[in-house]
Amino acid sequence: MDKVQFLLLVAVALFAVGLAGVIIRRNLLVMLMCMELMMNGVNLSLVTFAQQTGTAAGAVLVFLIFVVAAAEIAIAIPIVLLLVRRKHTLEADAFGDLKG
Amino acid sequence: MTHLLTLIVVLPLAGAVLNGLFATRLAAAPFGRTFVTVVGCGLPIVSFALAVRGFLEIAATGGPLVEVAYTWAQIGERSFEIGFYLDRLSAVMALIVTGVGSVIHIYSIGYMHDDKSYARFFAYLNLFLFFMLSLVLGRSLLVLFVGWEGVGLASYLLIGFWFDDPANAAAGKKAFITNRIGDAGFLLGMFLLYWAFGTLDMDKINAAFTSGPAPVVSASLAGILLFIGASGKSAQIPLHVWLPDAMAGPTPVSALIHAATMVTAGVYLVARMSGLYLQAPEASMVVAVIGAATAFFAATIAVAQSDIKKVLAYSTVSQLGFMFVALGVGAYGVGIFHVYTHAFFKACLFLGAGSVIHALAGEQDIRKMGGLAKKIPVTFWTFAIATAAIAGIPPLAGFWSKDEILWNAFASSAGGSPVLWAVMAATALMTAFYMFRLLWLVFLTPSRMEPKVEHHVHESPLSMTGVLMILAALSAVGGLVALPHFLEPLLPLAKTPETLHHYEVPLLIFSVAIALAGLAGAWFVYGGGTERSARLAARFAALHRLLYNKYFVDEAYERCIGRPLVWLSDRVFLNLGDRVLLDGSLNGLARLAQRTAGVLSRVQTGNLHLYALFVLAGGIAVLAWSFRHG
Repeated sequence: MDKVQFLLLVAVALFAVGLAGVIIRRNLLVMLMCMELMMNGVNLSLVTFAQQTGTAAGAVLVFLIFVVAAAEIAIAIPIVLLLVRRKHTLEADAFGDLKG
Repeated sequence: MTHLLTLIVVLPLAGAVLNGLFATRLAAAPFGRTFVTVVGCGLPIVSFALAVRGFLEIAATGGPLVEVAYTWAQIGERSFEIGFYLDRLSAVMALIVTGVGSVIHIYSIGYMHDDKSYARFFAYLNLFLFFMLSLVLGRSLLVLFVGWEGVGLASYLLIGFWFDDPANAAAGKKAFITNRIGDAGFLLGMFLLYWAFGTLDMDKINAAFTSGPAPVVSASLAGILLFIGASGKSAQIPLHVWLPDAMAGPTPVSALIHAATMVTAGVYLVARMSGLYLQAPEASMVVAVIGAATAFFAATIAVAQSDIKKVLAYSTVSQLGFMFVALGVGAYGVGIFHVYTHAFFKACLFLGAGSVIHALAGEQDIRKMGGLAKKIPVTFWTFAIATAAIAGIPPLAGFWSKDEILWNAFASSAGGSPVLWAVMAATALMTAFYMFRLLWLVFLTPSRMEPKVEHHVHESPLSMTGVLMILAALSAVGGLVALPHFLEPLLPLAKTPETLHHYEVPLLIFSVAIALAGLAGAWFVYGGGTERSARLAARFAALHRLLYNKYFVDEAYERCIGRPLVWLSDRVFLNLGDRVLLDGSLNGLARLAQRTAGVLSRVQTGNLHLYALFVLAGGIAVLAWSFRHG
């Protein structure tokens, strides 16, 4: 098993763990963390492919994604905070008011 | 003056705009009423002066004045122009409209003095004059039609002037709707002529009919279609029902619009299109027969009416019938002659009636009048002169024109016949009878007024009586103008066979005798008070009921046209068409969307994890699909 395959496997594993977490866990904060895991899995695969083809653009793009992800989580956490303030719980099921 | 005709037409419009836009503000302003009066009466008088000037100009030069004010539309080669045309015919009409119109404006100063909508009234009257003048002076049928519709609008506004009373508003609506039926015919006639000639200029259409190759269109068809329009505006059978109801408006309006000018628009139209009607014997026959029937039936109704304005209204319908008979037998100039004399005496009669109503504080029922001759002498004398004029007593105006009509109805080679003459002579007899009946019942019989009303009977102010005197003078001497001969270059006189000429003098004597017989009959029945007429009414109760109820024409229309229409609209159009078909299909679509949404909304469980699972399933499905399709 060479390095590339190994890295890709790690990426898939990260993504799968994240996805499973999002689907299974009820805690909003944990779900957010799991999403970060999924994104990092994807990021890892991006860097790997960039390394394989030898382009620098991929590596640069990853930094851009980190910045955007930081901004995104900076918005997501306050939203969660507000939701918690309203219902005093982190359970995702408590916020199903808009269901059909 | 280069824009003489345009000025004549537009000046009253300026008055309407000024008074109409500032009506409410003027009512409060200190000199508002004076301003309204000066603008409202001044501009029509200036218009009249200009019309006189135009008249003198064409009388001197002989040729028509043509003025193009504005090109409305240019479609390929053809252009639609707002052009005005002054020849002898339109000059006479313009003089009648502005002249009689001006004096009625002056009369209104006194009559409408206490009305709170004084400015609005003058705005409407001026608006009417504007449209009437564009009708009369318009060169093409298009301009005429705009004026035609416009006077209908002004008439509607003025009939419903006191719109607080629903009956007045309903009368206005009735006038408008009845006219629409006629207008449909008029429009079709216009389309037909435009299709055939590519122009709507009336002088060109007339010229195309009288000279040049035979036109591709049936003159009779076009003539009858135009006459349908004319019969709507001029209240001929079967569209006469609106005119008596139109008396709901203020009396000066009845005088100006519903007696002297607007209702003669139909007569003017037929006379203006005389070139067409000369080539259309069938259409001319229809005109004559409808005219004679209307004249006769309206006269019989007028005999039994008890409202002073209703009597005059039916008399107007009847006199319009006389005019159409003249037109139908090819005596176009004579028809216009009667328009001209009728404008004077009928305006005088209506304004006299207005003066009576004014004196009696709104009473219109002649059964509650009587003995007014001594109390309001000026009104009485002017009313008496106008009555004698319409009855055809020589040498007053009505005699000349009516005698000419009777002569042409008898002798014209274009449709005159002894039968037609007999019908018209009988009508003339009834005319004299019911007009003198009115005179006796209102002025001469012993008073039947309620004491409260009788107490403050008063003569009207000078602005009203002065106008009455002017109009009475014109009713007296107006017939001495030989109008048919003045119009002869434009509207040739009807041909009469030589063999009949020795009847002319006996017929003339006979028509004088008819007028005097009507006078004598009225004197006999009403001279001694109302007992004899009451006995007569009791003896012929069924006939009296029929006449009093106007042959139940309104009721018949209601039953034959009104109710089926309501039924059709209610059942078919409203319930089936609108509610079931349109609403039903739209509501069905809405329900379908609602139900589908109801089913689909179950997917939105609100469970975040389920959504994530769906995303996963979707992702797997996409992956699987892309693997398979490589």
